[in-house]
Amino acid sequence: MTDIGFVRSEIVSARPAPNRSSGAIAWVRKNLFSTPLDTALTILGVVFLAWIIPPLYGFFFGNAVPPGGTVEQCRLENAGACWAYIAAEMEFFIYGFYPAQEFWRPNLVFALGALLLAPLLIPKVPYKRTNAVLLFVVYPVVSYILLAGGLFGLRVVPTEQWGGLLVTLIISVVGITLSFPIGVVLALGRQSQLPIIKTVCVMFIELIRAVPLITILFMASVMLPLFMPQGTTVDKFLRALVGVTLFTSAYVAEVVRGGLQAIPRGQYEAAAALGLGYWKRMGFIILPQALKHVIPGIVNNFIALFKDTSLVYIVGMRDLLEAVKTKNDSAIEWQSANTATTGYIFAAMVFWVFCFGMSRYSIFMEHRLNTGYKR
Amino acid sequence: MTTQEMGHHSAPRMSFLNDPVIRGIIYQVVVAAILVGFIAWIIGNTAANLAAQNKSTGFDFLWRTAGFDISFSLLPWSRGSYYWEAFLVGLINTLLVAVIGIVFATILGFTIGIARLSTNFIISSLATVYIEVIRNIPLLLQLFFWYFAVLKAMPAVRNSIELPFESYINQRGIFVPKPLPDEQFGFVWVGLLLALVAIYFLRRWAKTRLEATGQRFPVFLTSLVLLVGVTALVWFVSGASVAFDPPVLERFNFRGGLALPPEFVALAFGLTIYTAAFIAETVRAGVLAVSHGQTEAAQSLGLKEGDRLRLVIVPQAMRVIVPPLTSQYLNLTKNSSLGAAIGYPELVNVFAGTSLNQTGRAIECIAITMMVYLSFSLLTSAIMNWYNARVRLVER
Repeated sequence: MTDIGFVRSEIVSARPAPNRSSGAIAWVRKNLFSTPLDTALTILGVVFLAWIIPPLYGFFFGNAVPPGGTVEQCRLENAGACWAYIAAEMEFFIYGFYPAQEFWRPNLVFALGALLLAPLLIPKVPYKRTNAVLLFVVYPVVSYILLAGGLFGLRVVPTEQWGGLLVTLIISVVGITLSFPIGVVLALGRQSQLPIIKTVCVMFIELIRAVPLITILFMASVMLPLFMPQGTTVDKFLRALVGVTLFTSAYVAEVVRGGLQAIPRGQYEAAAALGLGYWKRMGFIILPQALKHVIPGIVNNFIALFKDTSLVYIVGMRDLLEAVKTKNDSAIEWQSANTATTGYIFAAMVFWVFCFGMSRYSIFMEHRLNTGYKR
Repeated sequence: MTTQEMGHHSAPRMSFLNDPVIRGIIYQVVVAAILVGFIAWIIGNTAANLAAQNKSTGFDFLWRTAGFDISFSLLPWSRGSYYWEAFLVGLINTLLVAVIGIVFATILGFTIGIARLSTNFIISSLATVYIEVIRNIPLLLQLFFWYFAVLKAMPAVRNSIELPFESYINQRGIFVPKPLPDEQFGFVWVGLLLALVAIYFLRRWAKTRLEATGQRFPVFLTSLVLLVGVTALVWFVSGASVAFDPPVLERFNFRGGLALPPEFVALAFGLTIYTAAFIAETVRAGVLAVSHGQTEAAQSLGLKEGDRLRLVIVPQAMRVIVPPLTSQYLNLTKNSSLGAAIGYPELVNVFAGTSLNQTGRAIECIAITMMVYLSFSLLTSAIMNWYNARVRLVER
């Protein structure tokens, strides 16, 4: 028999359970109180939130004057945001000086746009090509006829009467639609083997990217009329559109160039080995891969363009920001301490919703198109 | 190359139009011809238009008297000043607001970028909210908000809000005490400079010693002591003093002190807040670009937390951060042109705005303005190229 020195006579008691690594308490411990510094930061953050949230809540909801309220309520001592003012002037913020009995025309344009855009954005919906042609070729023509009038018995509405969100959306949609192909062509030109084409593209891109948009808009509004033959007048709207489009296309070109450079040389060579010509090589092999790489960058440019449309205010166009500012300064019947603040906050919320939506959509597309580059 | 030649020899009947070299030349000639024609057309139209409007051209207007007021200028300015002086005033105002914006945006942006990376849920959420809100609202709208809704809504001069250190804020801007250093104060600057030079040599010496012997020298602490100690010593020994001239409320306005006009405050503040959000994202991307393996490798080498950051993580993150950071600085400088919309007399406002309207020299004024921004841009990219070349040497 072997010599057994120790025989346990009772069962070992269970060890204490390990610290929780899931659940609410563990989460709080890990994310809020993991170190003394962390605890201090948490306390600091909570104090900050406690300091800032009540007044913000009071301003936006608690003491705010809801739509339908009166200006007297907005003028009260501790009144918050004057939403009544926004609701009362909403038509001006959306349509500007567009004649009221013709509102159905911009409304129809908005509805058509939404109707054509939504299926294009949802990946599962078929007929993408038809949809794209409708949206980018047919829709602009129809929209222009609808908005400007003059055909089919529609009353003529000169562009000076367009305004508000309508103008912001038109400039950004046209800018986005036109600057993308121009940007792609410029990027291809910059990568070209032909020295003259390359130089022209490089000079154009670098010059535009070096100067602020506001100088381009100044140039478009002051110098474009000088450049045209005598007697021709260039619509103010068109001048701003030209400026915004040229500006954005240079930025898009740089982003697309990044994508082109990220494509391995083998892809170019393989395409050439198949006997494809330049345009087929680019259109079928290189660009589909390159553009997929740079979707976030391009969408960033479009977000920037959407925000930059507010600059057309400086060259005297009536966009959303101009509409809000005009009413803030001139609507005497709504004068109160918070009118201007509410107006700008409203405009900020509109811009924010569009920009944030675009950035979320770009993240969604990025994940979807991520065909195995990131493993 | 050889295949092409073979193609030529074996198929002599192939149209020369299918030769890629000849095609390339034809394309380029066509593009060049269109471009030259287009430019000639524009020049012709412009000349005709200018002749029809009886306008003269040329840069001689720069030496004429401007005859308008500029609300804020660091240089002496009067109505009798010349247009080239107006240009200079605008340029300096642009640079002033750009430099101040860059300094504060960098500080705020780095803080928020690091806060966003924090493991603390509340802190990182606050940073995320800040970034997502500010980035998605147009800068011009933010400037309008700060200028028209905040600063212009301040109380009138009579009811100025009092801030600490005898400063006041009201409709006409911010009024702070003006420091008035006496003649002795020059010595303090010299002392500061000497301390900086000493620190530079100390660092070099400490590094050589570290590499030679492996012994470490507390560089940071010594530098701090040098900086504060030498400056304070010189201050006391020289007997220099700084008097403060506080703003005093008179009947209609403040007298004395340093007045920061609301346009300047709104623009500097707006640019700082806006650009900081972008810088924060840049910083976050840069720090995330350094793989976790680097932290682990530094840990396994036995480096302390501070050294790990200073010697391993930050240098690698900076290589990623600096190029986009510079382009943010450039963006801030270009965005300062939006000051024109709230009446801050910067380059676009003074030169491409008022001067252009008064002289009617549209082409000249816009060309000069664009040239200024173009040279900023070229200068920045030159510095960037130099920096990139320098950090690339560190790489293998």
